[in-house]
Amino acid sequence: MRRRLHDLGCGYRAGDKGDIANVALFAPDPAIFDVIREAVTAERVRAHFGRLVRGPVERYAAENVLALNFVLHDALGGGAPRSLRADNLGKTLGGALVRLEIDVPADLADRSAARPDVRWADQILDGLAADG
Amino acid sequence: MGVRVGGGQGFYGDTPRAVTGLLDAGVDYLCLEALAELTLAILQKDRQKDEAKGFTRDLPAYLQAALPAVAAGRMKLITNAGGINPAAAARCTIDTARALGLSGIRVATVLGDDLLARLDAIQGSAPLANLESGAPFVDFPQPVLFAAAYLGARPIVEALARDADVVVTGRVADAALFLAPLVHEHGWAWDDWDRLAAGTLVGHLLECSGQSAGGNLSLDWWTVPRPWDLPYPIADVDPDGSAVLTKPASSGGRVSFDTIRHQLLYEVHDPAAYLAPDVVADFTAARVVDQGDDRVRVSGVRGAPATPTYKALLCHHAGWASEARVGFSWPDAAEKATATAAIFTERVRSAGLTVDEWCVERWGVDALGGPTVPGTDAEAPEVLLRVAWRCADPRTAALVGRELVPLTLSGPAAGMTGVGRGGAAPSELLGLWPTLVDKTLVDPHVTVSVDVVP
Repeated sequence: MRRRLHDLGCGYRAGDKGDIANVALFAPDPAIFDVIREAVTAERVRAHFGRLVRGPVERYAAENVLALNFVLHDALGGGAPRSLRADNLGKTLGGALVRLEIDVPADLADRSAARPDVRWADQILDGLAADG
Repeated sequence: MGVRVGGGQGFYGDTPRAVTGLLDAGVDYLCLEALAELTLAILQKDRQKDEAKGFTRDLPAYLQAALPAVAAGRMKLITNAGGINPAAAARCTIDTARALGLSGIRVATVLGDDLLARLDAIQGSAPLANLESGAPFVDFPQPVLFAAAYLGARPIVEALARDADVVVTGRVADAALFLAPLVHEHGWAWDDWDRLAAGTLVGHLLECSGQSAGGNLSLDWWTVPRPWDLPYPIADVDPDGSAVLTKPASSGGRVSFDTIRHQLLYEVHDPAAYLAPDVVADFTAARVVDQGDDRVRVSGVRGAPATPTYKALLCHHAGWASEARVGFSWPDAAEKATATAAIFTERVRSAGLTVDEWCVERWGVDALGGPTVPGTDAEAPEVLLRVAWRCADPRTAALVGRELVPLTLSGPAAGMTGVGRGGAAPSELLGLWPTLVDKTLVDPHVTVSVDVVP
């Protein structure tokens, strides 16, 4: 069964160093960690990002926090103060990573990402409208 | 006895208001981490205009919040807000203390990270090859605008040993700001690699302010309590290097296994070999245990001997950029954006203007996700077109932007609108050149001076 990393409950954080971006991918539990460690290779990630990443991709594992860390070379249009990209720091590359679809065993395929509940934000904004 | 360290700033532009929560919670050391790679480039532009500048302009606001507690003997303050002009930042600190009527504070200044004046001499002994591309230094697009080495914790520890209350530095590695008070208080040796690695991880977890305490979170980000009152993180660090990460109790936010592991890998390459100036740390050896109640215990970090080099960052001019944004409505918003971008670039070409690089982004289609966005038949209700360009000089960059304006009436299709007010004035682009410099070429020039506020 094919599922997006996002639908499996994987988290992410991205950062920059020069023209290198790194994206950490966090599994929600050890079972999913075993699956992504098998499926989400550096080669898969390199192909997934296409023209966004022009250099090689390296992968590191941090099993203590159920994470894989991807280092994306030549990935920020020359580095933050040189890049023409709006996202010159690569902050949004984490979300782009968890769009990746992988094959998962049937017993893990029924998972789904929790949907955001932002009623607290609606209430705040409704208050602005009422004030206005 | 544990030492309590607070991370009061994560970048240049962070809010000094967050310091208040840390002061209320009580910390032994408040560390303000003000510098990213991008920040040095920004400060370089400031210093180009005025030699007295080059440190973060919001430093006075942080000092006004923190110095009264320093003067009262409740804590010490360490910051790299000196940027590329720590001497001026130290003068600012003394002036601010005087204005607040706080005499007797001992202000230390750490110099020696700035390599620019000595670069000719250093070049003779260090190859200065680009760490990312491998390009040799002969390829560097001269002139060098700034050159800063990432110093470690040693000069800060020296300042603390000389009873400094405030330590102002330039480019000290982020985590080293936090490692320094732990070395000083716990008496760790400079070859006690596991302890130095533990302190480096503590620093790494504190250096990005709200990012450890529920900010910039993935997964269940919407469940973080009172996210408008996000706290900045605190670490209680034991003599063996194990630490409990937490936050001021009265604030919103969250400190959990999840918030801490997000930060643990932020801007890290190999987590088993995190290269810091004072140690090579193995973050994968850390045990991260959520104790509940916004407390996460981190222990077991391992360290290996530091490398013989410092990372250094050099900077060069890289042309001029400008950009324009226009919006398109349904129907066919994406196609209209694509066509308009193409027409714009053709107009620029026929006007005889030279553009060295284009960047075309269709927001609402694939501006951020690029090829990771799956093809879809869904019609976008609206699309924002952003086009950025790089030219050799600011005049050309401005003239390029003028070629978009006539499309208001002469564009390809109905439904194009301006977005916001005004256009972007051309801005200077700067290129970064990361490299390595042997420590023996840097350390003899690192100085620590201490001044007393009169």
